[in-house]
Amino acid sequence: MTQPPLLSACGIKRSANGRLLLDDVSLDLHCGERLGLVGPTGCGKSLLLRTLAMLEPIDSGTLSWRSGWVDHQHATAFRSEVIYLHQRAARFEGTVDSVLKLPYQLRVHRDRQFDRAWIVDRLASVGRDPDFLSQPHEQLSGGETQIVALLRAIQLSPKVLLLDEPTSALDQVSTQQIESIVMQWYQQDPESNAFIWVSHDPSQAARVANSAISMRSGKLQTEGSPA
Amino acid sequence: MTEYVELTNTQVGLAALLIVINGVVSILLRLRLEKTLLIASVRTVVQLSLVGLVLSWVFAVDRLIVVVGIATVMTLVAGFAAAGRSKRIFPGIRLIATTSVLTCAWLLTVYVLLVVFEDLPKWYEPQYAIPLLGMVLGNTLNGISVGLSTLTESLVRSREQVETLIALGATRWEAAAEPMREAVRTGMIPIVNSMMVVGLVSLPGMMTGQVISGMDPAQAVRYQIVIMFLIAGATALGTVSVVVLSVRQLFDTDHRFKFELIRSRDS
Repeated sequence: MTQPPLLSACGIKRSANGRLLLDDVSLDLHCGERLGLVGPTGCGKSLLLRTLAMLEPIDSGTLSWRSGWVDHQHATAFRSEVIYLHQRAARFEGTVDSVLKLPYQLRVHRDRQFDRAWIVDRLASVGRDPDFLSQPHEQLSGGETQIVALLRAIQLSPKVLLLDEPTSALDQVSTQQIESIVMQWYQQDPESNAFIWVSHDPSQAARVANSAISMRSGKLQTEGSPA
Repeated sequence: MTEYVELTNTQVGLAALLIVINGVVSILLRLRLEKTLLIASVRTVVQLSLVGLVLSWVFAVDRLIVVVGIATVMTLVAGFAAAGRSKRIFPGIRLIATTSVLTCAWLLTVYVLLVVFEDLPKWYEPQYAIPLLGMVLGNTLNGISVGLSTLTESLVRSREQVETLIALGATRWEAAAEPMREAVRTGMIPIVNSMMVVGLVSLPGMMTGQVISGMDPAQAVRYQIVIMFLIAGATALGTVSVVVLSVRQLFDTDHRFKFELIRSRDS
């Protein structure tokens, strides 16, 4: 990979309450890369992912996007291209339809239009009919809220998805559906899309990723070779 | 306007006897409020007597610097009290509450003194300036503290939703819009409610006082109307100010939600 990395973290440190949570973490994510991040609970995987999405402050180190700094003015534009997905999707008031439309109220997405047909098509691929859109979001199952959160992100055509154990609380069927939605998005532009998938399940990491990295006590360890 | 009955200390003492009712209730129902009642009664007498002394002195000296000094002390107390009522705190909360109380109360009181009471001998006439400011402070303090509590409570409750919006590219203002709206609405409700029932259910203290001291009720009513709108405007301004400043404090310029800044008061 001679191209400069898409997203790059260099020497990131973060401590809180006297504990070093991220210890000199450096990581490059290249176009087309599907990085699986594994490690024991509490080792800092979530924090690293949130840091990469600029959701957490850093004490020292740098974060760059397409070889440039992300300054205050471009933080929201950055997050519209590098979308972090929570381990458990937040529940919102209103119907699935209104929850999927949420991003279009934001300034950064004001030039985009909600594409209902696209959503209906994607829902059909995971066995949900269009009636699903009129259901109250708060009454969905865990798997369904995760699907909605994923579609809400993907419809914005992000370049990078940061997936924080998106299937850890889900059954096998939902897990497969989530994996297939992510892979479908990735395959649309495998030359330039990339994701980091945090998982505690090595078989899942092997399934979805083409490179792997592990983390222990705030430090990144052996980088796996691309599959 | 000296048509009112002058009260002697004995007469005030006779009224003070009424607190015995509270004491009896407390003892009969074992509320264990006797000590608190005693402290509250003593504080009422001492604080108000002191205010009487201070006001007499301020009226006698009649200088801008003294009025501003007293107003500053009143404002600081109101600002700290507004911050102090919040169950959740964060660094800078007192400064934010005090700034908000200061801006809204002073700005609008000065507007009323200069524009509404345009014929005052001096615009800062202490007899008008201090009671007006006092009433504005006392009332906006409520709106500000309610707005502040609602905001922090709502941000803590909807942390996941706020962060989801940020992760999708929202600015801090977009992400916090719903908690901010809720906070301003809740902060403004008490004054709107009291405007709904004023005169029907409650006769405001100031108006009652003016009527007792011999003012024409029609005039007293006009004063009261001025006060109601002054308080309403100041509450709206103060609540918006405290909410905006708090969001600026709780989110950084990269639109990160600094959730860890919000702490429970007891921890």
